[in-house]
Amino acid sequence: MLRKAATSALRRNASNTSTSGQARGLMTYVPSPGDARRQTVTLIPGDGIGPEVTGAVTRIVEALGAPIQWERFDDFGGLDSNGKPVTTVPKEVLDSIRRNQVCLKGTLFTPLSKTTATESLNVQMRKNLDSHVNLVHGFSLKGLPRGVIRHQDIDIVVIRENTEGEYSGLEHEVVPDVIESLKVITSVKSRRTAEYAFGYAYLNNRKRVTAVHKANIMKMSDGLFLKEFREVAKQYPMIQSSEIIVDNTCMQLVGKPEQFDVLVTPNLYGNLVANVVAGLCGGAGVVPGANVGDNVAIFEQGARHVGKDIAGKGIANPLATLLSTSMMFRHLNLPDFSDRLENATLAVVQSGDTSLLTPDLKGTGTTATFTNAVIKQLEKKSKGRYD
Amino acid sequence: MRRSLLGAASVLRSNAIAPESLVSRGFAHTPGQPFTATLFPGDGIGPEIAESVKKVFSAVGASVQWDEQRVGTTADPRTNSFVSRENLDSVLKHRIGLKGPMATPIGKGHRSLNLTLRKELQLFANVRPCFSIPGYKTRYDNVNLVTIRENTEGEYSGLEHEVVPGVVESLKIITRVASTRVAEYAFKYAADNNRHKVTAVHKANIMKMADGLFIKCCREVKEKYPDIQYEEVIVDNACMQLVKNPAQFDVLVMPNLYGDIISDLCAGLVGGLGLTPSANVGHMGLALMEAVHGTAPDIAGQDKANPTALLMSSVMMLRHMGENDMASRIQNATLDTIAEGKYRCVAM
Repeated sequence: MLRKAATSALRRNASNTSTSGQARGLMTYVPSPGDARRQTVTLIPGDGIGPEVTGAVTRIVEALGAPIQWERFDDFGGLDSNGKPVTTVPKEVLDSIRRNQVCLKGTLFTPLSKTTATESLNVQMRKNLDSHVNLVHGFSLKGLPRGVIRHQDIDIVVIRENTEGEYSGLEHEVVPDVIESLKVITSVKSRRTAEYAFGYAYLNNRKRVTAVHKANIMKMSDGLFLKEFREVAKQYPMIQSSEIIVDNTCMQLVGKPEQFDVLVTPNLYGNLVANVVAGLCGGAGVVPGANVGDNVAIFEQGARHVGKDIAGKGIANPLATLLSTSMMFRHLNLPDFSDRLENATLAVVQSGDTSLLTPDLKGTGTTATFTNAVIKQLEKKSKGRYD
Repeated sequence: MRRSLLGAASVLRSNAIAPESLVSRGFAHTPGQPFTATLFPGDGIGPEIAESVKKVFSAVGASVQWDEQRVGTTADPRTNSFVSRENLDSVLKHRIGLKGPMATPIGKGHRSLNLTLRKELQLFANVRPCFSIPGYKTRYDNVNLVTIRENTEGEYSGLEHEVVPGVVESLKIITRVASTRVAEYAFKYAADNNRHKVTAVHKANIMKMADGLFIKCCREVKEKYPDIQYEEVIVDNACMQLVKNPAQFDVLVMPNLYGDIISDLCAGLVGGLGLTPSANVGHMGLALMEAVHGTAPDIAGQDKANPTALLMSSVMMLRHMGENDMASRIQNATLDTIAEGKYRCVAM
């Protein structure tokens, strides 16, 4: 469901291949004094393909000339220098993110460890910073090589509660070989997720918000999630709201994904649904995401796969992280940098030249060829609004 | 233990009938001999599609006696459900059954139909073969996988409570007994049906104890099957891989919730619940095959219903009883009819 252009009076940017199809407005962006200052953004390259894709991003951001300086934490990863699993997120990292309020992140590895005391680093970060919304934007890009995606007209945003639910980390062995794992759902967190989802839809001109649940079986927990959803829906009468059971959601997604607009879900279902959406749109290398809370926004790939099997081979696709950086620029009130980055990146993806694209997009290129191509696009004579 | 269920893979790849393996079913059945099976026609389109199955069975000369059972219109106090004691005893006696879609009765104070059947018959695994139907094109071809889902515990234990107002806890239970049981079934199924790989789907990086126990049990069972490949895939990655490249999967074994979601996702890949067979497996060869789609009351009685799911489930039933010949004939006839394209139901 691509959004239609507003009116004919609005001019489109010369190379507008914006994923949402929205026409850029005619009116200029009026900054406040001082908005052009350099902003500090925390940068966590992480593990696996993280350093490669964030490396591509930093090169491109420099070519773009954006007013960003990075506060880097290159040593922070899932394993320390001795190869042992890191159990706590370092305080400096959390302080930096709280201070800068914006972070760009690669992927952090969660080892399958025997010790139950180890909470995944990603989960720890989210809980500590209370970045309770995970937003994933899946869209079918036009002009991708044949066979990369099977559906056109996908434009789905998944808004997932990210701090409670099944990820509470509360498990214990009742008697030997019998494990209880607690899923916790609260009205407070369900409500704020629903509020974020409807607020997001309202601000982004989205038409319908659908809650994904399994309340026919988990009547109390998912029932509570739905109750809060319905209450918030009443406050947004201009936005349609609906509900769908999670197994049916997945079945519908593979058959007819264009029926969905904004999906709001508790933690676990959101993980699965976001990954299905990412898979439909080309995979972990394509779909951008963000984790948002009060005064904190962390931008990263929508599907947080560490990609150990391709790490170090130079073939990781930085597209998802680049699009996420473009989202970050919008969040930082740098809309023109966002547009330029998005346009340059998508121009390369949709160029039809598969030698520039990474293997996950059926290309024969590498991270470097893609990055260089984007930089070249940026260095071309900049196409202003009125060309 | 289990009889090979739907040997779709081997039939589709070659015309050879799957060889019979001598497996103890816990009850004797010589192929070719008549046997009795419980039949729950169900509601809505249920009775019509059940009729289709009966007709096809007589056309092919299957000597199956149907013990038709109807679920009650009031709760039976002996079972606390609309499923009566007689219904259950029928399946326990015949050890094999076929079930159409059933409407969920409204009201409280009784157990749901599926829950009753599951608990009373101890149906511990749900098996759904999903394969691309030749001649019925979806965006995914080359799908040929089987989802095996643990069916008794996990997130569906129904144990929830409100800790304080606005805070709800829901318990997910994982036990060695249930996990091992379903893992053993999965590997045995793979071995019996000439499948080469079993993939355990889990989220043990987050649910370290619960899903950790599940994959530990899978690994232990794997030791007994050195010829079968085994891999573990985290559930979110599994979802992504299934929509990108489902051909890479063979047999999937999963705890309850992931199994529910993934088996529906896989059904979606090949055309939906109207085409998917399903079998619920219990101990000592007991099995209840079912059509997992809804009752479609809006088209009931109009000769429009698609009987494919129930027919394919009945094929699974025949294979389970060792009637491979008849099973293949019905399967091929059904698939050929769909492929021919001349007589397709509205839903297709």
